[in-house]
Amino acid sequence: MSDDLVLKTEELTKHYGGVHALVGANFEMKKGEHVAIMGDNGAGKSTFVRQITGVEQRTSGKVWLYGDEVNFAGPLDAREAGIETVFQTLALADDLDVPDNLFLGREKTFANWLGPFRLLDYKGMRNDTIAGLERTGVKIPNIRNSIRNMSGGQRQCVAIARTATFASKLTIMDEPTAALGVQETAQVENIIHTLKEAGEPLILVSHNMRQVMELVDRIVVFRRGRMVANLRKEDTDGQDVVAYITGAKTGAEFEGAA
Amino acid sequence: MSDTSHGTGGLTFDKTKRSWPNEMNILLALIIIIVIFEILGQILPYMRDQSFLFDSKDRFDSIFNEARLKIIILQVAIIGIIALGVTQVIITAGIDLSSGPLVAATAMIAMSFGQTELVNGFPNPKALFGTWAMDLPVIVPIVAGLAFGAFIGAINGTFIAFLRIPPFIATLGMFLICRGIALWWSGGNPISFPTASYKFIGSGMMPVVWFLSLAVIFHLIMRYTVYGKHTYAIGSNEEAARMSGINVKRHKVMVYTIASMLAAFAGIVLASKSETAQAGMGEFYELFAIAMAVIGGISLQGGRGSIIGTVLGAMVLGVIRSGFTYIKLDGSYQLMAMGSIIIAAIVLDQYRQRNKA
Repeated sequence: MSDDLVLKTEELTKHYGGVHALVGANFEMKKGEHVAIMGDNGAGKSTFVRQITGVEQRTSGKVWLYGDEVNFAGPLDAREAGIETVFQTLALADDLDVPDNLFLGREKTFANWLGPFRLLDYKGMRNDTIAGLERTGVKIPNIRNSIRNMSGGQRQCVAIARTATFASKLTIMDEPTAALGVQETAQVENIIHTLKEAGEPLILVSHNMRQVMELVDRIVVFRRGRMVANLRKEDTDGQDVVAYITGAKTGAEFEGAA
Repeated sequence: MSDTSHGTGGLTFDKTKRSWPNEMNILLALIIIIVIFEILGQILPYMRDQSFLFDSKDRFDSIFNEARLKIIILQVAIIGIIALGVTQVIITAGIDLSSGPLVAATAMIAMSFGQTELVNGFPNPKALFGTWAMDLPVIVPIVAGLAFGAFIGAINGTFIAFLRIPPFIATLGMFLICRGIALWWSGGNPISFPTASYKFIGSGMMPVVWFLSLAVIFHLIMRYTVYGKHTYAIGSNEEAARMSGINVKRHKVMVYTIASMLAAFAGIVLASKSETAQAGMGEFYELFAIAMAVIGGISLQGGRGSIIGTVLGAMVLGVIRSGFTYIKLDGSYQLMAMGSIIIAAIVLDQYRQRNKA
């Protein structure tokens, strides 16, 4: 495979018992590209994301990241390989503050010989958090506040700042604005623009057609567990995408798939 | 209530203050309770102007009624040790009901390796094993007890984390099993007459020393180590913890193991303090330990609370118990009042949570 591919999947498949949630997904994305994944509820979007991020183990198929074949045993593996994910269900611990959440599961520590009782480097994590927030333009009044006391938009920004703080090879956002108000959505979209300018590749799972058309380069449509379309933004419009989502149309190269 | 500068408010990164800690509320409650008892001591007709915590006998050497202070903290020290472990379990949104019977079982096991061979020149009348188990160094009963606690805790944790048995059920089963083990170990007979060195670890104010040193250690662990952070994270949002790469199952096993080791240590100290071990020991200890944590602001929903809170919760329980005795209130009222206080603490926690959401 060529070197400018960030991610490639081949015949990626996931069955939950008898349910074929994802069947034979062949997906590719290039460096610096922002790709949207669209589809109805239960079309396999989140399932696809969970296989790439190691949250679940795929039934079959192969995944390459920057040309290397990868088999993630868990989400931490994927993260160590450089895939940062903002999950649909906010993966934040409500009772912890912002630095704690940013560094959850990869705390900066010292005295590491103490094993599970190794000491937390609170100061280092706070400084990195502030730097990360500044880089993404996320504004939070007090980073020592527990997440519980923050608005939905701020929480989402924390989740996104987490991905941006750790210079990642691939960012995945699973419906990042689904639960947000207009102003908060705009804030998140701004961050996505920032990532685009910085050349950071992004997979955006979204139901929001306006958002997708505005933010991404390419749209991939899933329907009933299968990829049914792969459209460049210039070659399509909202109506066209909807036709693929609902099943009125199926992409030429995917004929016979769905 | 939280501030109103949410959203795209000013860039105020220098503001890294933490908010008013919940522990201050419990401290305040503790002080209020003490004041109430002081006032009652002054106004109740049969009290004759005694003071609750201050020295009322005009002695020059102290301001406080040291005897009462000592009793208050000594009374809660052993259950307090259990509460330190229960706190960690509750922070993961779990519960441990097995600690009371575990105290009894561990007391039996530890004491059976901590007996002295000769009592006043005669063979130990309560000897469980032969002479090989007599006059062993004190490390033997301690290690035996802690190992048993670790074993029980690891089983609790394994069933809860890997087999997904609800903590309430798993530890309820273990509650009965441990009480059974305590009875079976010596066939129901008490085990008595510890060696001098084993007698020492529970003598005098030693339980308080253990309680407070362990409290300091676990306070530091919960606040400054990865173990503590992950414990809070799991209780706060287990799914998020898992997605962040924390090995939730292994961590839970560790938490339950540590909690049971603390309960086991309480049993070791209790047997030493009582100079005997009996299968019926530690009755209701698990509930009082949970009560201390709950009064101390540890949320049963998990994720919130601290060791300092639990220590204060233990003090509240101790002060209330001692205060009721001080105003000569019958034991039956004490139980009713304590029950009410526990319920009030939970109601308050729910209320606080709803207000914050």
